[in-house]
Amino acid sequence: MDYYIMKNNQRINLLDIPTVDFGVLRAQLAATNLRPVSFFGSDWGQNIKLFVVLADDEKGNLLVSSALIDKNVKEYESIAKDNHQYHMFEREFYEQFNIKPLAHPWLKPVRKNQNNYEFFEMEGEETHQVAVGPIHAGVIEPGHFRFMCQGEKVYNLEIMLGYQHRGVEDLMVKKPSNQLAESICGDSVIAYNMAYSQVMEELCGMEITSRAKLIRRIALEMERVAIHIGDLGAILGDIAYLMGKEVYGVTRTLVINTLLEISGSRFGRGLITVGGVNFDINKELSEKIVDTLDGVKNTVEKMTKATLKSSTVMSRLEKTGNVSKEVAEELNLVGMIGRSCGINLDSRFDFCDEFYKDFERKSFKATNDAYSRFKIRYKEIIESISFIKKFLKKLQDCETEKLCVEKKDLIPNGFALSIVEGWRGELVHVATTDGEGRLSRYKIKDPSFNNWYGLSMAVRNNGISDFPLCNKGFDLSYCGFDL
Amino acid sequence: MDKNIILTLFNTLILLFMPFFVIGIIKKTKAFWAGRKGVSIFQPLFDTVRLFKKDRTISSTTSWVFNFAPVVVFATTLFAGLFVPMANCYSIINVVGAFVIFSYILGLGKFFALISAMDTGSSFEGMGASREACFTTIVEPAFFIILASLIALSGNYTFSSIANIIKSSGTFGILIVIMAVISLFIMLLTECSRVPVDDPTTHLELTMIHEVMILDNSGVDLALITWASGMKMVILMALITNLIIPFGSGLKAGVGLFLLTLILLAVVIGTLESAIARLRMSHVFEFVFVMSSFALIVASLAAVKMYGI
Repeated sequence: MDYYIMKNNQRINLLDIPTVDFGVLRAQLAATNLRPVSFFGSDWGQNIKLFVVLADDEKGNLLVSSALIDKNVKEYESIAKDNHQYHMFEREFYEQFNIKPLAHPWLKPVRKNQNNYEFFEMEGEETHQVAVGPIHAGVIEPGHFRFMCQGEKVYNLEIMLGYQHRGVEDLMVKKPSNQLAESICGDSVIAYNMAYSQVMEELCGMEITSRAKLIRRIALEMERVAIHIGDLGAILGDIAYLMGKEVYGVTRTLVINTLLEISGSRFGRGLITVGGVNFDINKELSEKIVDTLDGVKNTVEKMTKATLKSSTVMSRLEKTGNVSKEVAEELNLVGMIGRSCGINLDSRFDFCDEFYKDFERKSFKATNDAYSRFKIRYKEIIESISFIKKFLKKLQDCETEKLCVEKKDLIPNGFALSIVEGWRGELVHVATTDGEGRLSRYKIKDPSFNNWYGLSMAVRNNGISDFPLCNKGFDLSYCGFDL
Repeated sequence: MDKNIILTLFNTLILLFMPFFVIGIIKKTKAFWAGRKGVSIFQPLFDTVRLFKKDRTISSTTSWVFNFAPVVVFATTLFAGLFVPMANCYSIINVVGAFVIFSYILGLGKFFALISAMDTGSSFEGMGASREACFTTIVEPAFFIILASLIALSGNYTFSSIANIIKSSGTFGILIVIMAVISLFIMLLTECSRVPVDDPTTHLELTMIHEVMILDNSGVDLALITWASGMKMVILMALITNLIIPFGSGLKAGVGLFLLTLILLAVVIGTLESAIARLRMSHVFEFVFVMSSFALIVASLAAVKMYGI
């Protein structure tokens, strides 16, 4: 396969990316065992240029390749029919460029055309459909869930999203800003803003200081701790375990209040900017953070111990919503959910930078069920707290460095990519510039884009009343998917 | 004034207004265990008053059944409540074989609640109705066995005589009462949709049992239904109370003890809800079957007591 090898957070010249014949590329993608991290088209005069980025996780390399497709071409042979990891990517490509993948297993809209669409249906005396959403009983985001059930048992769940499609990718090209990047997905503010800033810094050729990088990573880990603790509480709330719900809820507040002290926003809005960070963590604050996190760690450890001792809780969590490792690999599940299914992907370590390379990558004994999804959160909270403490210590070595470097102009014909391990998993931002140094394409892939199908698989053959528990365990993003 | 008139008046007031406070106390207990301040115990009462002031919204797919059902549910529960011995073990309507009328009047109410849920055509409510019907088929025989055994044991086949069991059957009676109370308590948790059978506070339609059946009800209808389900809780609590408290200790003491036991039971339920998680739907059946086993034990013990071994 003809490709250009790049690293995470790197800019390459757009013209260096080899352009291969589309038929050849298709055959290679169908056969390769490297997983796709990005697959998108871009307007290219008379043609459409298709970019594909594959990840070689073991070596920490990213393989970039491209193909030109004539705009008059209206169909091609689907890749997904041979390699299921391209299922969603091809549906998205079809929706954006109207080139139909033939023999695609289930070609339907990803985000648009919300009125008429097909669902898998089944017939029989005791079968029934349950349609939930897009407006839900709780204050959550819109999404339509169609269950095919026999009695209480779910045979299939189909998820239809796109109700919040805002055209973020186009907006990013027209008027890129940190504020916009932060608003794409409200529970991953730091991750999104960090990925955006890194892409822009690469495209401008800016080298930011270690101090800024450390503060970004501290905030990223804080976000992970906060959301994970909140999720632990939410999982327990769904199974009516009041004690856990309340204790985790209170503890989460301590963490986000610490973010408030750093940046003036409980979700870290405005902390990161292109070129560095806006707020400093001084020595006094640093000590305070360590104190708070020690308390948080203590509470979380105690509460988790008590929770996992409770037989009623364990009976709900264990063996609920299994996703086998084989299925997870086939669907290319990423991030925390992938790890809870035994796929050891973590872009912090796979595409290692100078800050994470000293840390030991601990293995997780996955049991693939709701318990696994509970346990991995606990493990990651404890791990992230120790990371934050080490980052804070390192921060003292580079006290004199600037927080933010000067802004520069975009470099023409650039192709930059940034993968950030947000709390959900790998968040991929790719941007290209044209010959005059303007943004020409901005592509975002949220981990939810991979993982929504995992949720469908998890609830198969489970009771329909266990769906909320599975859903909370996955806790996927609607707006990160809808864009 | 005649003692019976006072008790009739008093028991009617308990039946009508105690439901709000019982639910209020459960909520307060849960808030206490969660370290929160919690809402006032009068809040359920205020909520019902507020609902009475609101208009009804009725789905265009429903028929007369949906309109009619809330009234039936409320009326049947209230009527059934009149047969049950409350404070001082006094039943307002005390007739022989009252427990049969009592069970089937409650059954009528439930039947209307079920078909009203089906009437909306919503897939959630159909699911809730099917779950509720399923639990009822397990609960009802067990309930019948217990009541029949207790009443047969007490001798004169009236409802209010169940309080005499400890007195009349001695130590053997205590054993029977313990078994019956455990069984009735499980029934209370099941019928009044409390944890671990159902979660009354959840917003997740897919997991609900009782709550999902009333999703389409609003305004006065909703007020009547929630009031009725509170009354049902008081009725079942009254049964338990009458079994464990030896009455006949005078009017004031009897009334005071009765109210105290109701409050205590509410605190027990609140504490239980704070301490354990909800069961998986498929395990709930096992839990409810425990009630049936205890019911059978009660029946066998009663038979042994009455006819010897």
